[in-house]
Amino acid sequence: MVSGVNTTTAGQGVRLHVVTGKGGTGKTTVAAALGVALAAQGKRVLLAEVEERQGISSTFDIAPLSTSETLILNDPSGGSLYGMSVEPKAALLEYLHKFYKLGRAGSLLEKIGAVDFATTIAPGVRDVLLIGKVYEAAGRTQGRGRKAVPAYDAVVLDAPPTGRVARFLGVNTEVAEVARMGPIKSQADSITALLKSRITAVHLVTLLEEMPVQECLDATQSLSEAGFPVGAIIVNQVRDPILSEGDLTDLSDGITSRLHTEIAADLASVGVADPDRTTTVLLEEAQAHLERLDLQAEQDQRIQEQGRLVYYLPQLPGGLEAGGLNVLADELHTQGMV
Amino acid sequence: MVRMTPAAARAERSLDIDALLADPAKRIIVCCGAGGVGKTTTAAALGVRAAEAGRRVVVLTIDPALRLAQSLGLNALDNTPRPVAGIDTRSGGSMDAMMLDMKRTFDEVVEQHASPEKAASILANPFYVAVSSSFAGTQEYMAMEKLGQLRVQSQRENGWDLIIVDTPPSRSALDFLDAPKRLGSFLDGRFIRLLMAPAKAGGKAYLKAASATLSLAVGVMTKVLGGELLRDVQTFVAALDTMFGGFRERADQTYALLQAPETAFVVVASPDRDALREAAFFVERLGTERMPLAGLVVNRVQRVAGSLSRGRAEDAASALEATGAMRSSASADLLRLHADLATSATRHQELISRFRVSNPGVAITQVPAAARDIHDLDGLRAVGADLAG
Repeated sequence: MVSGVNTTTAGQGVRLHVVTGKGGTGKTTVAAALGVALAAQGKRVLLAEVEERQGISSTFDIAPLSTSETLILNDPSGGSLYGMSVEPKAALLEYLHKFYKLGRAGSLLEKIGAVDFATTIAPGVRDVLLIGKVYEAAGRTQGRGRKAVPAYDAVVLDAPPTGRVARFLGVNTEVAEVARMGPIKSQADSITALLKSRITAVHLVTLLEEMPVQECLDATQSLSEAGFPVGAIIVNQVRDPILSEGDLTDLSDGITSRLHTEIAADLASVGVADPDRTTTVLLEEAQAHLERLDLQAEQDQRIQEQGRLVYYLPQLPGGLEAGGLNVLADELHTQGMV
Repeated sequence: MVRMTPAAARAERSLDIDALLADPAKRIIVCCGAGGVGKTTTAAALGVRAAEAGRRVVVLTIDPALRLAQSLGLNALDNTPRPVAGIDTRSGGSMDAMMLDMKRTFDEVVEQHASPEKAASILANPFYVAVSSSFAGTQEYMAMEKLGQLRVQSQRENGWDLIIVDTPPSRSALDFLDAPKRLGSFLDGRFIRLLMAPAKAGGKAYLKAASATLSLAVGVMTKVLGGELLRDVQTFVAALDTMFGGFRERADQTYALLQAPETAFVVVASPDRDALREAAFFVERLGTERMPLAGLVVNRVQRVAGSLSRGRAEDAASALEATGAMRSSASADLLRLHADLATSATRHQELISRFRVSNPGVAITQVPAAARDIHDLDGLRAVGADLAG
């Protein structure tokens, strides 16, 4: 039995996209591609990171981001993409300023080490501050009264990796361990309400390899159990099969000397040097490729069994340079995620 | 005499893994790098290779995903080193492996350094419970703590002569180096010290004596965090006070150990811009901290055999398709596959040379991409052989 099947499309009604995945699966790239794809639909989008890795600025090859929202690109459709890198100290000072009108006292707190204390030591407080900024941006409105509209049509959060994401999102549980009341606690409660609402979707990025898939499935389960709405599974770096069904049949029969001779003759006919040795190389590559395709298929099966929305992004042999991000964004759009 | 150009000299620098593993003066190898680059596999493969070459090895892994357990065919790793079955011990070596349980390690430290009653009160303190299981940095700190313990154990009974450490899947690779200091600065932190004063003096009388700044700070923090949290912290800090000296002393010792000539850092990366950037940060940082770098391991490098270039392969594929008379229908597709692999291979080498140029003098070894995931000793042996080049 498959539990927690998501029947809506990942994009419908969702305003906060939380993107996580095992380290090395490319979650920042996918979050960025999702942001670009949404902006290409004419939306005003905020892309946020919370681990001070400057992953967004390096993905877009722009100057390092800060806690203030910075325009990354304008899309011809009228959409736009903003970026920010949330940093806990700045977030705390801003928070104190906003709620307590602290002004100069903020820097006093900093001097005395209280800011350090609150942002690095007190468990959960750091996370509340980090998500708090995202929460605020997601809930912010423009205009007054009945004319008020959300400031952002969508917020994409490049969240911590799967190993830490449940704890990161579970701020209120974490904070409850140390603070049973007070403003941080109530802030944590409002954040949790948003994170568990239908406005939010937590997407998981994986590769078609055993460990990343295992972590993805584990995270899917723990997130669902904790009550967070799991959105889509985004499979990244999918290898193009390149070889046709016919090739696969030929190769699966094993490499016969007839096959070798035929290929060598083909290579010779178009002037490839050393056709015999080259054929051996090509066939070895094909064997390794087939093994990888088998592994991919096996892992894909495990993902499919989850009964969730799955999107596939191709491996980019040339990397992210030269418009790779747009290729991925287009895929997300074509496949219906946005 | 043939003079090498600087570029050629740089290209010469390859990381000699076997020499590193065979050097009896090297007793600690730390594998570090970004998440998802194959650190754990590298650590395990180094362990197997060293053990089978005659070293008595213990591998400490920190990752909670039981990855090493899987690659070593173990079912449970439980904060105590366990012998790894199936190691070829003919050269006189052996291999133990363990996985760090951070909470348990922290508990043990408390139990070791506080009186039983005090230990009990610390362990029950809600703030302690939270810090020991979720403080960002606890894992790194406890990894250092465990490394220190293993080092002491190896000198006493167990006779390990090589400790291989896999570092935690941190936010950034640098966290590993910063965490012990961060905990140290927590203990030394002015705010903590100020908070402690009242607990020592007893009661709330301190507020009168304390500076206006402190009152303000405590006031705001109480408002923001809730008074309860601060009280818990005060109790916790007071209870921990007797241990402070020990904590800091050991953090300092471990830091010094990491700078000692018996230690070698192996930075691990994948041929990917971000992972190599992270590796470069690490290399730079190790230099600043005067910590001994052995070199860089680049995992999952695409290689192509033969001399057929990408362009040649693509041209040949198009030419074949144009003739419409292929003897095998697979020929053109195989050429296209080769072109694709060659593209990745070129890109990987470009990224690695870029790293070389900006980090001259760093020895590098490359591990080719395997078609399958590694999860048994034979797989680790193969990786070990690749590491050794």
